[in-house]
Formats: sequence, C-alpha cells, structure tokens
Amino acid sequence: MSATAMHAAPARDEATARRLGRRRRLKDAAVRWLCLGATALGLVFLASILLTLLWRGLPSLDLLIFTRDFEPTTYGDDTLPRGGLRHAILGTLLQTAAATAIGTPIGLLVGTYLSEYARGSALGHAVRFVSDVLLSAPSILIGLFIYQLVVLPMGGFSGLAGILALAVIVIPVVVRTTEDMLSLIPNTLREAVVALGAPKWKMITLVAWRAALSGIVTGVLLAFARIAGETAPLLLTSFGNNILSGEVGKAMASLPIAIYQQANSGFPDLIAVAWTGALLVTLGVLLINIAARLLLRRKG
Amino acid sequence: MNRRAFLAAASLPLLPSLARAQSPVTITGAGATFPRPVYERWGQAARAEGIQLNYQSIGSGGGINQITNRTVDFGATDAPRTEAQLREANLIQFPTVMGSVVLIVNLPGVADNALRLTPEVLTDIFLGRLTRWNDPRLVELNRGVSLPNLPVSPVYRADASGTTFVFTTYLSRVSETWRTGPGAATSIQWPVGNGQRGNEGIANAVRQTPGAIGYTENAYATVNRLVTTQLRNKAGNFITPTLPAFEAAARNADWTRPGFAADLVDLNGGDVWPIVSPTFILLPTNPTAERVEGSRATMRFFDWAFRNGADAARRLEYIPIPEAVQNAVRASWAQVRTPAGAAIWNA
Amino acid sequence: MSATTMPAAPARRRISGTGDRIFEWLCRGAGLLVLALLGAIILTLFIGGLPAFREFGVQFLWSAEWNPVEGRERYGALVPVLGTVVTAVLAILFAVPVAFGIAFTLTELAPEWLRRPLGTAVELLAAIPSIIFGMWGLFVLVPLIQHHIQLPFGETLGALPLVGVLFESNNFAGTSILAASLVLAIMILPFIAATMRDVFDQVPPVFKESAYGLGATRWEVMTGVVVPYTRVSVVGGVMLGLGRALGETMAVTFVIGNANRLATSLFDPTNTIASVVAMEFPESLMGSLKQSSLLALGFLLFVISFLVLALSRWLLRPRLK
Repeated sequence: MSATAMHAAPARDEATARRLGRRRRLKDAAVRWLCLGATALGLVFLASILLTLLWRGLPSLDLLIFTRDFEPTTYGDDTLPRGGLRHAILGTLLQTAAATAIGTPIGLLVGTYLSEYARGSALGHAVRFVSDVLLSAPSILIGLFIYQLVVLPMGGFSGLAGILALAVIVIPVVVRTTEDMLSLIPNTLREAVVALGAPKWKMITLVAWRAALSGIVTGVLLAFARIAGETAPLLLTSFGNNILSGEVGKAMASLPIAIYQQANSGFPDLIAVAWTGALLVTLGVLLINIAARLLLRRKG
Repeated sequence: MNRRAFLAAASLPLLPSLARAQSPVTITGAGATFPRPVYERWGQAARAEGIQLNYQSIGSGGGINQITNRTVDFGATDAPRTEAQLREANLIQFPTVMGSVVLIVNLPGVADNALRLTPEVLTDIFLGRLTRWNDPRLVELNRGVSLPNLPVSPVYRADASGTTFVFTTYLSRVSETWRTGPGAATSIQWPVGNGQRGNEGIANAVRQTPGAIGYTENAYATVNRLVTTQLRNKAGNFITPTLPAFEAAARNADWTRPGFAADLVDLNGGDVWPIVSPTFILLPTNPTAERVEGSRATMRFFDWAFRNGADAARRLEYIPIPEAVQNAVRASWAQVRTPAGAAIWNA
Repeated sequence: MSATTMPAAPARRRISGTGDRIFEWLCRGAGLLVLALLGAIILTLFIGGLPAFREFGVQFLWSAEWNPVEGRERYGALVPVLGTVVTAVLAILFAVPVAFGIAFTLTELAPEWLRRPLGTAVELLAAIPSIIFGMWGLFVLVPLIQHHIQLPFGETLGALPLVGVLFESNNFAGTSILAASLVLAIMILPFIAATMRDVFDQVPPVFKESAYGLGATRWEVMTGVVVPYTRVSVVGGVMLGLGRALGETMAVTFVIGNANRLATSLFDPTNTIASVVAMEFPESLMGSLKQSSLLALGFLLFVISFLVLALSRWLLRPRLK
C-alpha cells in the first residue's frame, strides 16, 4: 500500500507521510483482528451450543427414545422403565406436516399474487408489508391469537389449535420465497408461454411454478424447519401431552414442549432426555436447512 | 404393545378418534407439583390394575384452570377451593395425601438440618430485609454452625402454586407485616428473589446457586438430596423436617371442614412441623357422557391408592389420609353422577 | 419472437378467461386473507385486553404492580414493557459490533474459498430453535455468569463510581437481565450479520475499487465508502434484529429470572412481556382479569414490534431491491 495519505492533510515531508501511513496501517490491522475476533466469537457460540447438545444429549440417545413414550422419573428405583420421546416426536411430525400442508398452498397463492398480479399496486404493497410483519412477529402472539380464536371456543387445548398456529407462521415464509423465486424468472419466459396461447393461470401453474420449483420447495423446507422448533405458540395451543395420541381434538405432544417440560422437571434423568430431544430437534432442523441450501444451489 | 403402537401410528393422519386400546383406561390429570412424586409412583403401580395415569404437573393454578374447563379428568391443587367456588364450578374436592413444605438452602459447609430458622427470620429473608447469611441474627441463632459470607438469594414459584399458597399462608400467620403486605395466595407479588417454574424449578435453582433459599414440598428435597433447615414451631421448639414431625401435625387435622380442607399450618404442639398441608383432587360432579368412563377410572385409581398406596407415600415422606377420612371421601363420591343422574361410583 | 404456427382457438380462450378469473381471484383472495389475518390478530388481542384496559385505565401502561392475590388484583404493564425494551436494546448493543465484524470479515477479509462455509455457519446459528438457546443459556451461560463474573467480581463492580449501580444486586442466581440480553444478542447476531453482509455485497464494486486505487486501507474503504452507502439499510437490518429480540420468548423465559419487579441492576431478575405471558398464561383462568391483562400485554407487544418492523422495512426495502 502506498504511503499516500487519503484523508489526512498532505504530508509535509517523507517522514510524516510514512508515519501517517503506518498509523493507518496499524488501525487497519487492529480492526482486522477485531473483526476476525468477532467472527471467531460467533463461531465459538455456535460450537459451544452444538458441543453442549452433543455432550449432554448423546448419552441418553438410544432406541428407547424412539420407541417409548413419556415415563416419570426413575429416581430411587432403577427397576422402573426409562421413558422416551416417541409421543413427542410423532406429535411434532404430525403437527408440523399438517401445518405445512395448510400453510403452503395459501403462501404459494399469495406469493403468486404478489409476483404475477400485483407488482406495484397499492394492494400488493400492503399485502407484502403485512406478510413481512407476520414473518417477524413474535410467535407467542400468534399463540395468543389462536388461543382466543380456537382454544376458547373449543374449551381446551388441542392439536388442531397447534396446527393452525404453526400454519400462520408458515404462510409468510412461503410467501417470501415464492415471490422471490417467481420474480427471478425472466419475463421472456412468461411472454413466450402466453404467446403460444396459454391462459395466464396455466402459464403460472404449469410453467412459472415449475421453473421456480426448487426455490419454492426450499421455502417450504425452511418453513418446516422453522416451525418444527417453535415452542411458544404451542404452549398456548396444543399444550403438550404425555401419551401418544393422534387426536387433534385434544392436547397433543410435541418435541419442543416435551423438552421444555422435562428440562424444567428437576430430575436429572428427565433433564437428560430433554437434552436428547434438544439434540434431535437441532439436528433435524440443521439437516433440513442444509438440504434446502444444497437444493437451491444445485438448481440456481 | 406392538399392536397398540401400530394402531396409534396408523391413525396418526388426523383421525379424530384413536381406537381406544383394549387394555388400560387412561385418566388425565393436571395440577399441583406438590404431590407429583407420589402420584407418579401410584400411577406406575396402578398399571397392573389396568389404569394408565397421565399427570401433567403444571401447578395448582393450571390444574384448577384445566378442570374448570373440563379438559382433563381431574385437577390437583394444594390450595383448597371454597364451598362457593366448588358449587359454582360443579366440582367436588377430596384429599389424597398430606405433604409438608420445607426450606431448602445451598450453603457450602452447612450440613443437612443444621441451620436453624425462626418465623421472624424466615419472613425477613423473603421480605428482603435479611440479605446476608452471616447476618448477626442468623449467627445468634446458629452458634456452632459456620455461616458463609454469602448474599441471601430467595427463590419462589413464578407459576400459580398451591405450595406457594401453603407457604404464604404460614408466613401470613406468623407475621402481620407479611399478611398485610404480600399476603397469602397461589401467586403473589414477591418483594425479592427469583421465580422458577414448579417445585422442581426451585429445587434446581437452589442446587445451582450458592446462598439460595427456597420452599418446596419435602419429597423434592429428599429426591434431589438438598439440604433442609430446622424451623421453630409455635410451641417454640426447633423442629427437624422428618416424618414423625409431619405425622404429629397430621394427627391434629380437622377433616370436617367443607371440601375436607383441613388446616395444618402453624399448629400448636410440641413436636409439630409448622408447614403441613393436605393436597386435593377436584372432580366434576357432572361429567359429560364421554367423560363418565374417565371419572369412574379416576375414582377407581384413588380408591386403589387409598388401599394400597400408603407404603409408597410414606417412603416419599408423605402422610396417608386416615382411614375414617378415606371412607368419608368415598361417600362423597356419590355426588358424581352421569348425565342421566345415576351415581358413577359403585354404580 | 419467431412466428409460431399455432392453431387459433377462440373457443378455448373464452373458457380460459373464466379459468384466469377464478385463479386471479384465488390469488387475490389469499392476499386478502393475509391482510385479514393481521387485522384479526390485532383485533383479537385488543378485544381480549379490553377488560384490563377498562379496569385499570391508562394507568395500566405505567403501573409497576403485578399483584395476583385474589381480592387485591392489580396488574400493570411497566415491568414487562421495560424489561422487553431494555433486554432488546442491550442485545442490540452487544450484537451489532460483533455482527458488523462478522459482515466485514465475510465481505472483505475472508479469502474467497472461506466465505461460503463461514456464511453458512453463521446462518445455521440463525436456524437453531430458540428453546435450545434457552436451555444452553440456563445450563451453560447462567452458571458462567454466576461463578465467573458475579461471585468474583460483583462486589468490586458494584463499588465503581457512577456505573456501580448497574452491577449492584443481591440476586446471585445468575438468571438476570444480563443473561437474557446476552442470549438474545447471540440469537439476533446471525440475522443482523446476514443482512449487513447482503447489503455490503451490493455496493457497486467500482466505488470500492476507486477507493483502493487511491491507496485506502480496507478499514478506510469500509468506513469511507461502504458504510455511508449502506447506512440506511444497515440501520434497517439492526431494526429487524431489534424486532426479533423484542418478541423472543423461550430463550428469555429460561434465563430472565421471572420476577415481576423493576430491575435496577444488570444482575437483577425481571420479566419481559413474552416471558410473563409464557409463564402465566397457560394457567390463567379463562376470562379472568389476569388473562385479560396478559392479552393486553400481548397487544402492547404487537404494537411495539409492528412499529419497529415497519420502520425496518421502510429503511430496507428501496435499497435492497
């Protein structure tokens, strides 16, 4: 780097110029180290979380976790059966899948609306704005909303309420990715299809959606991963259950809620199971995220 | 077991009614964390009777809420409901066991049951007026125990808790300042300290914090191997929290009050532990047709527990209900009726 | 467009007109549904909180009471609102410098081959569910604060002039504003870093190259070219992080200490709106004053988040697209 000072007053002599240059270089080097340090800090946190999950969660990770439902603590009596998380895993899969199934079509249609029909219209701006607000809105408020709307009239917690709360969270995620992916498709493609005589709706469903498919699927996967880890809205809607149940009219177990309840249970063996659950949720969510990213990279 | 699991898995896609398995009847209950250890032990043993217990320990407040909304078969609370409240919600209330609230501390170097507390000192700790463990008042009380120079960290229940109700009832009885100040309820505005969820949360927090003091049901202290303290009772004696002291209190229980709400807090008596309480079950008197089976199974479960669960209870240092009271309880179950009006118990 | 021989089919076009109309209304209906959803959420929270507003009046907003004892019930929003705002602001203070450092590394300092894996690692941090942060916070961070900061240094920090009051506390359980803010900071770090990185990447290279050509150091390019160009979007990204921090529930509930009192020190426990709702709502009696007060708090949180998110979007939108 030359010793020419950019911001400072022009140097009167060679020595001053070299000194100013050195100060700038030192500042640059210092800042560089700070920023690398900041990155390292971020990585340290990530590593700490993952390592803690592995260290605390692996010991209890065995087949029992997947084959047994909840059992109370075995404290004091080793002959008692050790519990598992089967009820929670299946409850989460059920609620997450159902919520994604409900939220995706709606999100898809809204994203299509924003990209194909409402580019620049006032209504389009409003819908996009609202969708973004919902995207970052506190999920516990979604839980409160569904509580008032579904739980109160039904008289109690239910898997259905949980599914609806999660679906509300899915919608804006799918809207955002759908709109982004569709807007990436060049207009020439659209014009070509329409010029061939296809009606607009066929152009969208048969061509545009197909072209953006990998991106849309990525969005759906990310939404799935996001709601699989959500606890707060479920706390107020499906509440949790200790037994395996497929009844959506009653309270339903889920992995995040089971983790929450067992981590707060005070008994070491239940806390260990909670950590294993935490490990499973994190691994699942991370794997889905990585898969989604790979999918996007391959096609895009 | 395999067939049930397969049936359960196959019905997962949103089938509204899972084919109820042929074998055990499941009863769901929610509420107090106070009796959770003994209910869960009973639940495990009752499987042989064909009853599967699903108990969610969410605190007495949560239990009252859920049974009022009829989302569970029974609710569990340590804070007894008044006659008016029971009538309004169409519930009956009966006791299952008695338990005791003890103080747990985390003080390095202080052995189990070595620390002596008086009602005044205890109240001041939770009022925030006594802030260090080597305060002269505590040193005075505890000659012979070396108290560390640590700050006092009270821990309380952040959720609506019957244990809080019992503990604050005690504090209100022994301290006018407390009675007119924070008061007695399942949930109050605590002047100092940290809030935790459940008896389990308090046990956890005390275990992790040097200088912490919390109040829990005795079984949690035993199970978690936490250090408990002595407490001076109304007669002026320092009592160690052991089963004989709890039983001494239980012997004086007056079960004739409505809803069996015997008051065992701060009783007279030389060797009585001052903070003892029964814990209650709330059962609807008017279950809907689909809940009749659950009601019957609930009464079967507790009937079985009365007859066979005394040992398990004592091992966890709960005190079983006297037999005369058990019979009175069974008599009160006659109020639980089907929609048609027939009594469910022994129907 | 080359001339394609396509048999004209006027009959088909009439039917497809209907198909087009149906599909357009389907899409528009979905859009309206989203609008209705937001409206419904606001309305539901407001109506649910109305009894509390009516009972306590406007004083609800600045009352620090939270007394659930039957017969003396009084609830106020000051403690949770203040807790929410303070933890979120502290989280931003902790997170923004670190996020900036990460974004700088990702766009300027790291070698090409390292950028994508590093970026992915940061984004994976964003994907971790919040309950994991809560557990990690409770079982790892809180004992760290307790044993390595508070117990050894608490007294000396408390004795400092002026700032000492921030550290003076008799809460040694570790669950505190500090713990909650730190956990929140780690949670919003990847969002802010990713937004900053995306925004930095959009600076036209010619600006940076001309600066380098004049002999500027990397840091000078950063402060002299990149940041001024992206300043508005950076603030927008920070606001987005703030919005997330305001609403975070599970991570905070585990580590904030659940005390309905105003905190005067970093080591004091308190509550946020999200944590008090998570803790006390499931057990509150339907239709009770307490439940209504919690819904009123939810409404307040929604208003605050809405304002912050709207501001963030307004700052971010024009530049990104």
